[in-house]
Amino acid sequence: MDVLKTTLPYIISGISVGGQYALIAIGYTMVYGILRLINFAHGDVFMVAGLMMVYLSASLPLYLSIPLMILLTVLLGFTIERVAYKPLRSAPRMSVMISAIGVSYLLQNLALYITGGLNKNYPQIPWISDRISLFGMETSRVTVITPFLTIVLVFALVMLINHTKIGMAMRAVSRDFETSQLMGIQINRVISATFIIGTFLAAVGSILFFTNYPGVVPTSGAMPGLKAFVAAVFGGIGSIPGAVIGAFIIGIAESVIKGLDTILIVNGVISEQIGLATFSDAFTFVLLIIILVFKPTGLFGEKSTDKV
Amino acid sequence: MIENKSQKRKNAWIAFLCVLAFLALIFCLDQWIKPTDKLGMLLIVLQKGSVYALAAVSMNLLNGYTGLFSLGHAGFMLLGAYTYAIFTIPDKSRDAVYQYFDAAIRFSIPEKLSQHMGGFGTALGVFIALVLAGLVAALMAWLIGLPVLRLKSDYLAIATLGFAEIIRAVFQWSKLGPITNGSNLLKNFARASKFKLEIAGTKLSLSTFVPVLIATVSITLIVLIVNSTYGRAFKAIRDDEVAAEAMGINLAKHKMIAFVTSSFFAGVAGATLAMVLSIAQANNFKSAMTYEILLMVVLGGIGSITGSVIGSLLFVAASEWWLRGLDSGKFLGIEAPNIFRNGFRLVVFSVIIMIVVLFFREGIMGEKELPDLFRKKKKDPAKEAQS
Repeated sequence: MDVLKTTLPYIISGISVGGQYALIAIGYTMVYGILRLINFAHGDVFMVAGLMMVYLSASLPLYLSIPLMILLTVLLGFTIERVAYKPLRSAPRMSVMISAIGVSYLLQNLALYITGGLNKNYPQIPWISDRISLFGMETSRVTVITPFLTIVLVFALVMLINHTKIGMAMRAVSRDFETSQLMGIQINRVISATFIIGTFLAAVGSILFFTNYPGVVPTSGAMPGLKAFVAAVFGGIGSIPGAVIGAFIIGIAESVIKGLDTILIVNGVISEQIGLATFSDAFTFVLLIIILVFKPTGLFGEKSTDKV
Repeated sequence: MIENKSQKRKNAWIAFLCVLAFLALIFCLDQWIKPTDKLGMLLIVLQKGSVYALAAVSMNLLNGYTGLFSLGHAGFMLLGAYTYAIFTIPDKSRDAVYQYFDAAIRFSIPEKLSQHMGGFGTALGVFIALVLAGLVAALMAWLIGLPVLRLKSDYLAIATLGFAEIIRAVFQWSKLGPITNGSNLLKNFARASKFKLEIAGTKLSLSTFVPVLIATVSITLIVLIVNSTYGRAFKAIRDDEVAAEAMGINLAKHKMIAFVTSSFFAGVAGATLAMVLSIAQANNFKSAMTYEILLMVVLGGIGSITGSVIGSLLFVAASEWWLRGLDSGKFLGIEAPNIFRNGFRLVVFSVIIMIVVLFFREGIMGEKELPDLFRKKKKDPAKEAQS
């Protein structure tokens, strides 16, 4: 009982973080499913969404700045695809990946220039950043909302993919790029739609994520981005339910490790702090390596074979 | 291209002499230019540039020549930097460096050797520490390579990136503080600015010469590897794995050799970086560093060693020296303090890189090397090793 009582708060905040990662991870997994590209810039788009919110909310009321921020982020995602990835469509995969790294570098430096490297305080959003108490622990309302919102959004997305024309086109393109082109699917439109959905979810995720953090710095997006990518790989890249489950597992693991010292002390396993929280980021990658070694296609990934 | 034996030997000699002449020039520059001069930036660019050149070439060996897209470079450089730093901190400054911990390793190689052999001992000690730095990185690469090298392209990239992050976290762990000093920085170890040669009472500065020498020797070794049968096997793997295997190349073995060798030199580069910057801190070796090195390789041309060297020298020179004005309000005579403020340099710089990535995918050199450029003009090839 004691174990549960000390661990529960960390699990709850882990589920919340996991939900935020899930929203970013979907962007990675959809783009990878279609273009076979790790979009390294996705985490930085997420950071830019946070910064835009900071600047927009300074001059506009929230009911205007939130939709405007989402719109601008989607526009950014669309532009990045058109400018940096589209010209390289027939280039080797390594070139596209390098281009993605270049975009990430550019966005980070641009953010550094505009903010002057200072921490920008994220605006307080009424209602969702209110403090509430849950099972005897103090938390903000966003912690509770995130998992539900994530599940609703994912459900809508799965519906979109399974029951609409553009969704059918996406499934076809991710199955076979060239053949679907021959069948008359307009590849560029499908890819743009993928990027728009991915960045939209990242923008929503950024509101939830940054509300729980003191502020936004140019490198804020790098770590969540990497973790969301790991989540996507963990669940089997290309699979949306896989990415969501992977993200929840990683979020919970990260949060529990952050509090592992306290949990172990309370339960009498160790007698003093041993600084295990240092490994909260690294553990994500341990999970990644374990899954890559034992099941390289992830939990729900499809098996692919190399043809000579 | 078939060259006869005497021709080859002649080329090797020309290359050797060119390298010697280059090193002599650096040695002289080290004496002529004072760090406070206007041209003092040149020395800094040469120091840092040579470190990054070595890092870029070692990454190119893996990414460009073997076709293994690995993003773990910063992790191996961190291992090298820490190994070098830990084994060269003099005994009497140990306690000052390890403020919050009880230092576990109290053994400075250069100091121990200099007690027996004087100045030569110090140099030998620094050399041993450098090799040790490379070996530690190589050993770690071997361990990581066992599970990871079975993965393909993107998965390999993300797994190596993950390992680099794990290494960084382990080095910052407070329980390892007695060895790594936790998340605090290591300092006071043998650093480039203190390297001096004393001949007949006059002190000659070696602060630029030593890093350049290390980079030159290491890059020459990499060139020799690339031109050997191993190098040809690497290229075969890059071009077509299945075909290479059919030709009798042991994939696992050669991939491992490329990975370990590349990491060895990344470790040496990390150690040299610590030597040049006079500090070592785990927090500096983030994945952003790997990305920067990758962009240098791309700038120079993936698959060209000369290209990597030119790319990294240009990268360092542009970001440390030529574009400085963009940050401080005045550039090319234009004064616009509102636009040219802190960070603008990096924005301009990243735009340039994006243009190269998108429109000049070959980079500066493509897959050509320096000798290929001479070959075009005249028949007599002057094969120069890269420096």
